[in-house]
Amino acid sequence: MAADEEELSINEQAISASEEEEGSDDERKHKKLLEAISSMGSRKRKKQNERSEASVQVSEFFVNAEGTGEKVNLSDLLGTVEKTSGASNKTKKQLRNLQSSKETLELPLNKQQTEKIQRGIAYEKTAAEVSCWRNIILQNQKAEQMVFPLNQESSGPKRVEQVVAGWKVQTPLEQEIFRLLHINSQPVDDPVLTPVEEQSLKAMSLEEAKIRRAELQKARALQSYYEAKAKREKKIKSKKYHRVQKKAKCKDFLKQFDEMVKTNPEGALEELKKMELSRMEERMSLKHQNSGKWAKSKAIMAKYDDSARKAMQEQLQMNKDLTQKIVVPSDDEHESNEEGLETIPDFVNDSEPVIDSVNPWMRGQLTHEESEVSCVTTEDVQTAEEENEEEELVGEFERKRKLRQADEEDLIPTEEEQPASEVVEEDVVEVSDKEEGDDDDEEEEEEEDVSEFNTLFRLMRSEKTLEDGFLNEGQIRVRNIEDLEVLGEVVDPQPIAEPSLPQAVAVEATSEPPNKKKREIDLKEVLTKEAKAVKVPFLPTVVDEEERDEQISIIKEAFAGDDVISDFIKDKSKREAAGRPEVVDLTLPGWGEWGGVGLKPSRWKRKRFRIKMAPPPPRQDQKLPDVIISENRNASVASHQVSQLPFPFQNTAQFESSIRTPIGPTWNTQSVVKNMTKPKVITKMGAIIEPMVKEDFIKNKTTTPGGKGPAIMLGENKRAKEGTKRSSEKHRGRSQKRRK
Amino acid sequence: MDSLICYLPNKVNIYEFDWLFLTQPPKRYWEETENTDQRRPEEEQGTAVQNQNKSTVKERSLKRKNGESLEKKDPFSGEAPIPHKQLQKFQRGEKYKVPAGARQRLKEAIISSEAMSELAQKQAARYDLLLPEDAGFLEGDEDEDTNTISQDDIADAADITSGSKVYVIAFSLYLLKKLQIQKNVFVCNRHLLVGGKKGHVACIDWQSKDLMCEMNVMETVNDVKWLHTEAMFAVAQKRWLYIYDSKGLELHCVKKFNDVLRMQFLPYHFLLATASATGFLQYLDVSVGKEIAAICTKMGRLDVMSQNPHNAVIHLGHPNGTISLWSPNQKEPLVKILCHRGAVRSLTVDKTGTYMVTSGLDRKLKVYDIRAFKPLHSCFLPAGASCLSLSQRGLLSAATGDIVQVYQNVLGSSPVSKPYMAHRLQGQIWGLAYCPFEDVLGIGHGEGFTSMIVPGAGEPNFDALDTNPFRSSKQRQEWEVKALLEKVQPELIGLDPGQLSKVDQASFEQRHKEHVEALGFDPLAKDKFKPKTKKKGRSSAGAIEKRKRKVAHEDQRDKIRQTVQERTERDKEQKEKSNEKKNLGNKSTLDRFRK
Repeated sequence: MAADEEELSINEQAISASEEEEGSDDERKHKKLLEAISSMGSRKRKKQNERSEASVQVSEFFVNAEGTGEKVNLSDLLGTVEKTSGASNKTKKQLRNLQSSKETLELPLNKQQTEKIQRGIAYEKTAAEVSCWRNIILQNQKAEQMVFPLNQESSGPKRVEQVVAGWKVQTPLEQEIFRLLHINSQPVDDPVLTPVEEQSLKAMSLEEAKIRRAELQKARALQSYYEAKAKREKKIKSKKYHRVQKKAKCKDFLKQFDEMVKTNPEGALEELKKMELSRMEERMSLKHQNSGKWAKSKAIMAKYDDSARKAMQEQLQMNKDLTQKIVVPSDDEHESNEEGLETIPDFVNDSEPVIDSVNPWMRGQLTHEESEVSCVTTEDVQTAEEENEEEELVGEFERKRKLRQADEEDLIPTEEEQPASEVVEEDVVEVSDKEEGDDDDEEEEEEEDVSEFNTLFRLMRSEKTLEDGFLNEGQIRVRNIEDLEVLGEVVDPQPIAEPSLPQAVAVEATSEPPNKKKREIDLKEVLTKEAKAVKVPFLPTVVDEEERDEQISIIKEAFAGDDVISDFIKDKSKREAAGRPEVVDLTLPGWGEWGGVGLKPSRWKRKRFRIKMAPPPPRQDQKLPDVIISENRNASVASHQVSQLPFPFQNTAQFESSIRTPIGPTWNTQSVVKNMTKPKVITKMGAIIEPMVKEDFIKNKTTTPGGKGPAIMLGENKRAKEGTKRSSEKHRGRSQKRRK
Repeated sequence: MDSLICYLPNKVNIYEFDWLFLTQPPKRYWEETENTDQRRPEEEQGTAVQNQNKSTVKERSLKRKNGESLEKKDPFSGEAPIPHKQLQKFQRGEKYKVPAGARQRLKEAIISSEAMSELAQKQAARYDLLLPEDAGFLEGDEDEDTNTISQDDIADAADITSGSKVYVIAFSLYLLKKLQIQKNVFVCNRHLLVGGKKGHVACIDWQSKDLMCEMNVMETVNDVKWLHTEAMFAVAQKRWLYIYDSKGLELHCVKKFNDVLRMQFLPYHFLLATASATGFLQYLDVSVGKEIAAICTKMGRLDVMSQNPHNAVIHLGHPNGTISLWSPNQKEPLVKILCHRGAVRSLTVDKTGTYMVTSGLDRKLKVYDIRAFKPLHSCFLPAGASCLSLSQRGLLSAATGDIVQVYQNVLGSSPVSKPYMAHRLQGQIWGLAYCPFEDVLGIGHGEGFTSMIVPGAGEPNFDALDTNPFRSSKQRQEWEVKALLEKVQPELIGLDPGQLSKVDQASFEQRHKEHVEALGFDPLAKDKFKPKTKKKGRSSAGAIEKRKRKVAHEDQRDKIRQTVQERTERDKEQKEKSNEKKNLGNKSTLDRFRK
């Protein structure tokens, strides 16, 4: 198309030239019209350049430029390249490709999108920039204490090097001196060792190293020898040889062990432990028990073969030897015992066993009884006591006489003479029975047979008599020394003759069904427990009359039924019952079945609609029969307690351990209190707190603190350092500006 | 008398007594380290150094040949080691190890707190060196019991000042009933308060024997007690409780507290606890003058009372042989222990709150471990003990009739067999009290007041910040202000004084319930609907009722609605599922080719 047009335009020009010659106006106009019509069809309407001005001289060279308004095509420019022979084929090809490719550039993205991308990039950049602060921020957050302004010079005395750091060599003399020092590599700032000295030190260590090496060499050689020997021995196939070797070793070991017992008992003990361990292993395993494959085969052969039998027996013997218990020499035992006696155990550590020995609940033999049963028995006892009171009154004089006789026989009761240590060693049961007198020792053997009620009754009786003795005390008047001693004896429980037990009551007590449900621990046992009498140099002579009357009335009140214990048990059981959750009964009578007066809901229904609650956690006083501990929560403290775990802690144990140390001055030294309660942030009064500058912490990382670098700079260093100094000056200037 | 009496007075006359002992120069820490085995790293290093020295004799000799041993090592490098025992004394709780897989923050928190507590422990152990005084003691000859040594002998053997502490004040006119020696201001050398049964009250400066005040209240005096300083004291008289100042001026008559029989003062809580004949246990806050709690114990007459100095719990003894423990926060006893078969006559608790000693009408003396509420041992005293008192160092004095017996190691593991000291007085003994920081026991008896020297009774080292025996009046004033600032609130009284440092693990419901109980109303409860008043007869009773009914049980209805909705949804889902299953079941194998 374009080519045609060109031709056309060329023709036109030619025509127009001829027309001008003829000068016919009409024709021209007609042509113009035609062109205009034809051009209307085509896309591009071309402006025909036309010279409209009349001129006299028309130059034949005057050429109207073709296609002035058009773009220059690449083909126009490169058309000639095709023809030129100078150009390489490669470039030609490339150019051709270029011509043929008709790809156009994509449209630029719209504004929003470009901005978004830009923002993203900017964010990444700034994030990277800001993230260098992260460490320092974290560090400051974690810091126990921050002191603002940050880069404060520490007050107080400074080291010489720090003070000198700013100072520079100025005068030529100084320069000379420092140069000399440098040349000789003398320490300038820190008066430590010179390099020469250090070197000499190193030389010393070399010598040591040599010695060490020699030692090591020797050790290695020895080891290799030993190894070689072991290998050789191992290679020997003779069984006999090995057996002999083994026996020798055994003997050797025994000898060594004997020596060790004398010289190094701890090592011997360890060896013993090892033996014990091997014994344990032996006992666990089936190794030497004639149960293995070999042993079975031998067992078959044993009938006919003597050697097989022997071998089997040997094996069994081995087992016996190995499993035999090792007997520790008896001398050691004695020693240890004596040691144990000598050292008095610390009370706090050994409180439990002590408690056990005294506490009857901890004993193996427990007396059992139900609370109701106990009530019954106490009543029984009461009646028995009433009967006995008359007997007692009658027997009182007799008893006193007996006492006096006993006094004459031995002035001091034997029991008191016993040293304390013996008492401790004595059997607990014996101790508890001391009150009852010597007669009980015989009964003690039968104790298992006699019912507990019996013993209990006896105990209570003895108690009662003691109390009576106390009440009767006022009637004894001191007249002479003998009497005084008698008074002491009255006080002492031992000599009081045990009143003969009314057999009938005892029988009654025993005849009660013994296999009733029993209470685990007997309170009475506790309270009537043994008590050691104390020997006192003087004895009380005065018994206040007024108080005594009061006391007697109080006692009568207190022992109105002698059921203090049963009262207590009742109280306790009541508390326990209150703590137990009740059964919720949801049965609806008459629902799903007949209802009415006299009709009860069926059993299955009651079973189904009775909801049992889960049992409460065990009471604190579950194992303490004579103690009632309130289970109520102390709500008043709760308002002061922490009820939710604070952040980093994951369980209460962690948090509680973190606050277990008190911070008050009552429990700590002054310095610790100060340290514990130091404020998180300290600001200096009147100082301006500048925002942190990046250089501050980056410098900290890269440059070393002043102490390590050379304190005094020489000419070469000066330049480099000045740069930094200048920057710091700048910084200072800025701060000054701010201040203004 | 050829028995040796070693009586070391606590601070006052230590120089005069030097001749009695083989004087030794004070021990230095490096001397001690050789004996004590320590598991501290520094110490281990030290031993390692020693071992090296032994093993490398060769090297040493080599060095000597060269003529120089360049490195001079500090033989006591690092901090001074602290003996292990001492460290253990100040250990608080178990060390917590950082659990495996703990987060960074948690790790840091635990490590820093552990470091802090370790530092505190170390420092405290280190400063423990500054408790230089030892307690005195009494030692008899080989075959001589210490309890036969008379007070006169002791007074003769001791120095003049100590000897002068033995004296008798005869109040011939009045029978003495109770006495108390003040705790805070120490010293019975300073302030002794004596109350006679028939109304005679006297304050005496113990040391100078000056009479601060003496008066007759013309009423029965049941008990007397110093308050927090020597400036005030409380007297329980026949009807009311009175408070006097040290000049004998009546400051208050507290009529809310009637028929008081016994009193105890809790110094850190500023509480005066009283037990009355009517069975009431009351607490009076002395700092604000308010009654904190009044508890009806329902246990009858309360005339045996003691306090546990460890946790400020009040112990009451009852005629039925039980002992009950009380705090002002609970209306029922914290603990009830059945101790004696007869009535409880007297009880006392030791300073650390570990042991309780009781005596009853059954003439037994029992020692209890009150942490576990278990009896440790009991012994039989002739005539029983009417009064008990424990000294600061755990000497127990018991009054039996007209004899005072002092027992040593009562709080140990084994029961005692004989008293450490004994002293006979004229007349029945009414009251016993030890003088803090002194080896003196004050005894009130029928004929008057007598003091008795008991070597080893008082604590030789005092904490001047807590109780300074030598303080001036200015210091006392300062102390008073400080003590008031540090006053412990009565809510914190409980069996476990460390309760505060534990996390409250009660459920929300329980806490809410308690909160409601404390407030008297439920703060989270919804307001009750109140219909607005409308005009034109629309606010008639019927209309209001209707409107109310619209809103009634709204939350309940909401719940029901919700559950119904849930159920329908569930049903729907199930239906759909079953439908799907059905459809699946109906499909034939050829269905898959269908389009």
